[in-house]
Amino acid sequence: MADGNDPEAEVVNSAEPAAEGAGDPGPDGTTGVSRRQLFQRAGVLALGAAVAGTGVELLRERPASAAVSHQAAGAEAVAGGAAGPTGSTGAAEHQWAMVIDLRYCNGCKACTMSCQQAHSLHKDQTWIHVFTMQSASGSTYSMPRPCMMCEDPPCVPVCPVKANFRTSEGLTLVDQSRCIGTRICMNACPYQARYFNWKAPKPAPRQPFPQEPGWPVPQVEGTVGKCIYCAAMLPAGKLPECVTGCPMGVIYLGDLVTDVAVNGFGRAVKLSQFIQDNNAVKFKESYGTHPRVFYIPGSGEDLENDQEKP
Amino acid sequence: MSDQPSVTTATGGSLDLVAPDEVDAAELREAGREAAMRPVLETGKWWWIAVATLAAVVVVGLVAWATQVRDGLGSAGYNNQAFWAVYEADLVAFIGVSYGGAVVSAILRITNATWRAPLTRIAEGTALVTLPIGMLFIIPHLGSPWRIWELVWPPYWGLSSPILWDFFAVSTYLLATVVFFYLPLVSDLKIALGRIGSTRTGWHANACRWLYRKLGDHWDGSPPQRRALHGAIGLVAIMVIPLAVSVHSVLSFAFASSSRAGYIETIFPVYFVVAALYTGIALVIVSVAAFRRGYHLQRFITEKHIVRLGFLMIGMGAFYLYLTFTEYLIDGYSGQRDEAAWVRQIIIGRYWVPFWFYFVAAGVVPLAIMAFRRTRNAKGVVFASVLVLLAMWVKRIVIVVPPATEPLVKSPLRGAGVLASANWGTYHFTWIPISITLAATAAIPLLLLVLFKFLPILPVSEMEELEGIEEPSAIDAGEGEGGPR
Repeated sequence: MADGNDPEAEVVNSAEPAAEGAGDPGPDGTTGVSRRQLFQRAGVLALGAAVAGTGVELLRERPASAAVSHQAAGAEAVAGGAAGPTGSTGAAEHQWAMVIDLRYCNGCKACTMSCQQAHSLHKDQTWIHVFTMQSASGSTYSMPRPCMMCEDPPCVPVCPVKANFRTSEGLTLVDQSRCIGTRICMNACPYQARYFNWKAPKPAPRQPFPQEPGWPVPQVEGTVGKCIYCAAMLPAGKLPECVTGCPMGVIYLGDLVTDVAVNGFGRAVKLSQFIQDNNAVKFKESYGTHPRVFYIPGSGEDLENDQEKP
Repeated sequence: MSDQPSVTTATGGSLDLVAPDEVDAAELREAGREAAMRPVLETGKWWWIAVATLAAVVVVGLVAWATQVRDGLGSAGYNNQAFWAVYEADLVAFIGVSYGGAVVSAILRITNATWRAPLTRIAEGTALVTLPIGMLFIIPHLGSPWRIWELVWPPYWGLSSPILWDFFAVSTYLLATVVFFYLPLVSDLKIALGRIGSTRTGWHANACRWLYRKLGDHWDGSPPQRRALHGAIGLVAIMVIPLAVSVHSVLSFAFASSSRAGYIETIFPVYFVVAALYTGIALVIVSVAAFRRGYHLQRFITEKHIVRLGFLMIGMGAFYLYLTFTEYLIDGYSGQRDEAAWVRQIIIGRYWVPFWFYFVAAGVVPLAIMAFRRTRNAKGVVFASVLVLLAMWVKRIVIVVPPATEPLVKSPLRGAGVLASANWGTYHFTWIPISITLAATAAIPLLLLVLFKFLPILPVSEMEELEGIEEPSAIDAGEGEGGPR
């Protein structure tokens, strides 16, 4: 693959214009060319352009600047959303993200517990999972891992029945009334962020929201579930359970459009400034997923390369 | 048609079934037809015992599946750190063994290997019964099998999903397999109808007569019909090969469309296709040998047939061993953390037992058996084939399970990240997937026994053509073409 600074950014959606452009010379060339030849040539050209366009589309990698950049998160976020593979509209009011401040995470797993309680999950369904990591110096630190809400989520296109989708606000959700349980999305996710319902879900009476992809409670047996950023609670102005559940204020819910992030203590920060000032990093960026979770390392942790201890 | 199909084997022998000048052609023809219809017309006690035993195993598998539906997929030993395991390996393995039909019938037909004749029906029948069994593994594999209809509901189709294309490819291949079984059968049905006669009574004879008439009444053996049939068989034989290749290639994409070390392998499509051919030939050997013995077909299916198939098989086996070596060597050597860890887990880590079992049972031993003249006989080849089938199933487990249990967010509190076994997930075998796998295994001979209770087990007209012992009327009418291509 090309590397991140590929200047092909403007090739976005080039396939169709290219095909039309290639077809255009046809009508001009009618003089001296039989109609049959004309159609043949136009057909070949159009086909070639379509194939080439598709190829470009497949090989295209959005540079980091087309996704959310640290400098101008707000304005760019809209563009990033518009270029998103599932056609999320740039007009969306919010583009959700998270900031996780590893400096203050003590690994208490309160986020996991709040999440599991709110969504009536089994113990093994850790939608936000706290991993204990080891940095190069040998010291350990805790790393909560929610869904990365990738801008190019690998889990979405692999589903044979289109049960995964990405909302206009940048949330990747599962339609559990459609999921047939092939688990190929669990295979595709590089963050191990998807959890299957291997047995009947816990009973979940009296839910605040109807059962839908934005609030898949109770879970459906035989389908895949995942972190949803408590999608149904967001329009009401409520923060996700893990954010409010964290006693250290580690987890921030961010909105790339308004460029604000808020943690469970109600501390609001300017998102772009916050992640820039603190040298935030994304997890496994090299996979081309463009995750929307920003980790603030406490003591120079390198999420992708720290762990190997010979 | 006067030249007899004398083929010299690699071992120097000749594969003539019977020399026409030694034996009366009519006698040979009669014997062939009698042998082909013997399984249909005679039902020994052992047939009932075999069918009952195999059916019992299948029933246990169905009970296991019902239990799994009741208790959830977790009862089959799956968990979030081992999301794919036995059923996915079974899917690959059982669809894989159906490739034997394609090889023996298509490749040997295209290359005009005349010795194939007596084997084709059994090979095609094996493909015909194993492919649906393999496809059925989609059902226990799915978490919500009651929604399987969504795969045939176009508005829901996710065309970028490898699994959907698996489904399309396998369905197309099933259609081709059915056609490929049926076409060479057409010219046999009149003969079969003649042998079953009109005096026999009972539902079985009636069913056979109905079946033969339904499927073969339009056949009169005239030259134009023969030409058309040969053309059609030749065409399908050619078409079935790319189809077969595509099926296992696409099947491998379901694994390879991932960022997991061990799944994201360029070698996978080739690897899967070769494994399928390897096990496919092995299963044909086992079925041919079993029916040869069970139905006393030794006169037509000789030991040399089995040894020849053994050579075909070991060719694929050596190729597969080479691919395995290449894959693990390069990934292990690369020094990339995840790849190296995955290879390490397979070679000396938690998966070493199944891997080295594969290496010995489907790598070294079959090669050795075929290498030495002492063991290169029917018994040896059949033994090797059984080993291959078993060990290649285990190899599929080695392919499917390790990457599915790989830690992706390394959590190496104590030790060395992906290298630390403790961070890997574990698949726990339970009685449910074992019973279902055994049921599918038992279903192969069960369905074959039933299939050949209704249809002739030898392709009599093809054999007669290749032997040059057709009925005089057919020879007069025919233009002396050299048999199906």
